Amino acid sequence: MSLKEVQNLVIIENTPLNATNFLIRLVSIKPLPKFVPGQFVNVEINNSSEIFLRRPFSVFEINYSLNSISLIVKILGRGSKKLTEIKAGESVNLIFPLGKGFTFPIPNERILLIGGGSGVGPMLFLAKESGLNPDNVHLILGAKSFEDHINIDDYRQFGNFYFTTEDGSLGERGFVTQHSVFQNKLKTFDKIYACGPDAMMKAIAREAKKSNIFCEVSLENLMACGFGVCLCCIEPTVRGNLCVCTEGPVFNINDLKWQI
Amino acid sequence: MADLSVKIKDLDFKNPVMTASGTSGFAEELNDFYDVSKLGAVLLKGITLKNRDGNAYPRMAETASGMLNAVGLQNKGVDYFIQHIYPRIKDYDTHLIANVNGSTVEEYIEVTEKVNELERISAIELNISCPNVKEGGMLFGISCPGAEAVTREVRRVCTKTLIVKLSPNVTDITEIAKAVEGQGADSVSLVNTFLGMAIDAEKRIPLLSTITGGLSGPAIKPIALRMVWQAYHAVKIPIIGIGGIMNAADAIEFMLAGAAAVQVGTAIFKDPFIPLQIIDGIENYMKRHGLNSINDIVGKLAL
Repeated sequence: MSLKEVQNLVIIENTPLNATNFLIRLVSIKPLPKFVPGQFVNVEINNSSEIFLRRPFSVFEINYSLNSISLIVKILGRGSKKLTEIKAGESVNLIFPLGKGFTFPIPNERILLIGGGSGVGPMLFLAKESGLNPDNVHLILGAKSFEDHINIDDYRQFGNFYFTTEDGSLGERGFVTQHSVFQNKLKTFDKIYACGPDAMMKAIAREAKKSNIFCEVSLENLMACGFGVCLCCIEPTVRGNLCVCTEGPVFNINDLKWQI
Repeated sequence: MADLSVKIKDLDFKNPVMTASGTSGFAEELNDFYDVSKLGAVLLKGITLKNRDGNAYPRMAETASGMLNAVGLQNKGVDYFIQHIYPRIKDYDTHLIANVNGSTVEEYIEVTEKVNELERISAIELNISCPNVKEGGMLFGISCPGAEAVTREVRRVCTKTLIVKLSPNVTDITEIAKAVEGQGADSVSLVNTFLGMAIDAEKRIPLLSTITGGLSGPAIKPIALRMVWQAYHAVKIPIIGIGGIMNAADAIEFMLAGAAAVQVGTAIFKDPFIPLQIIDGIENYMKRHGLNSINDIVGKLAL
């Protein structure tokens, strides 16, 4: 039995992080349970009739001494938009911790973490928690342009960072899979982790499969409950239709039925 | 002290608050939050004779004060349930009620016969109202001959308390309620979801893979309440009220309209603790109004 909580948390920060994403930091009055990178929270935005259901967000950062949870929120629709408009000092209700996170690397493995857009959040969380020598942790972060990247200065100590932008304004021009590290050094990694747009994760999965490298991706889809009772958020897998909320959101690419 | 217990046929429930099928998994998922023995009953996720993958994604669309779903009875079949799930849940100290589905009368019978053997399943809820399957389901529940036929045949083999879950997608719910009562149903639960639809105007596409799906949530509450009220005046068997119940006041309204018990469904997606809050709220209401028993509420609408 994995105990889950439903709790009101106070928003202490809700600020634009870059052109597309918001950083939302929430604090609890109680100690937080241990989160595994890749796990998510389900946020009740408000009680309006238009936004009836909660919205799921992957965890970006947990500060266990401050009891704070940080989320990177990209505006996708009315729910996420409303969430980014809530002022610091107001409280929102969260269910957590939800889902299965990433498989931790074993000591001395070399890992490649690839994040796109708001998907960089869980990748930075995993880099921080990996327990590996930073020399063995490599991250490729992709975005449309310089202003879509977030400041990762606090994370530099945990690994080696590479950037791509579609317009070439930061790092290498192109998609994450076109980065020289991905192109030339893929086979030097024991595990690949990815979080971002579907097309990005599929392109990564294709190459990982070809090179027979362990690869996990974090999926996102429409959820009603977030804890496995509504069976709405299914992903077709080799074990049948599975709930992304309980059997994921992290999946090994070998379990998915992606046409790659 | 207020006594929240209720009786349906020969079953004693510690309180009138149940969790609806398809919104509370197989009770384990709720037990991750709290002890499910606090609930009056858990209506388990619908089961069928064979494995069903359910419908394609997307299966859910948020709507004003509610949601549409088109899950399509995804489950691994009754044998898997008996072998793998039942042993894990059978010791929960609450009534576990199996929600039985079929494409044909024969399938309903076969699933019922298997569930009969499970000692810790207190009752069967016969689902003749699922709007998200192509065969069976709601097709039985929207005509009197269909509802009668499946209830009669299942009643013949069912050794447990038999609850029939009714569809609201009918012209007159009282006719269907009377029809299943006449064939030996011990109780009726109503309502299942309303057939609905949602469209993305910008993309000009339906929001569900199945185009139509079942509407639930507070959006349907006034219609469900009206149907419970009508059914209460049409049949003598106990009614279990369902439809957009979000809080204790909603639950009490259903009981005043005639429901002997209620099922909380979609509210669980918003907050899995809502069923417990409703139990506390009903107790509080009884204290405030000086009521000793749930019978002092059921059907006691002042007119």
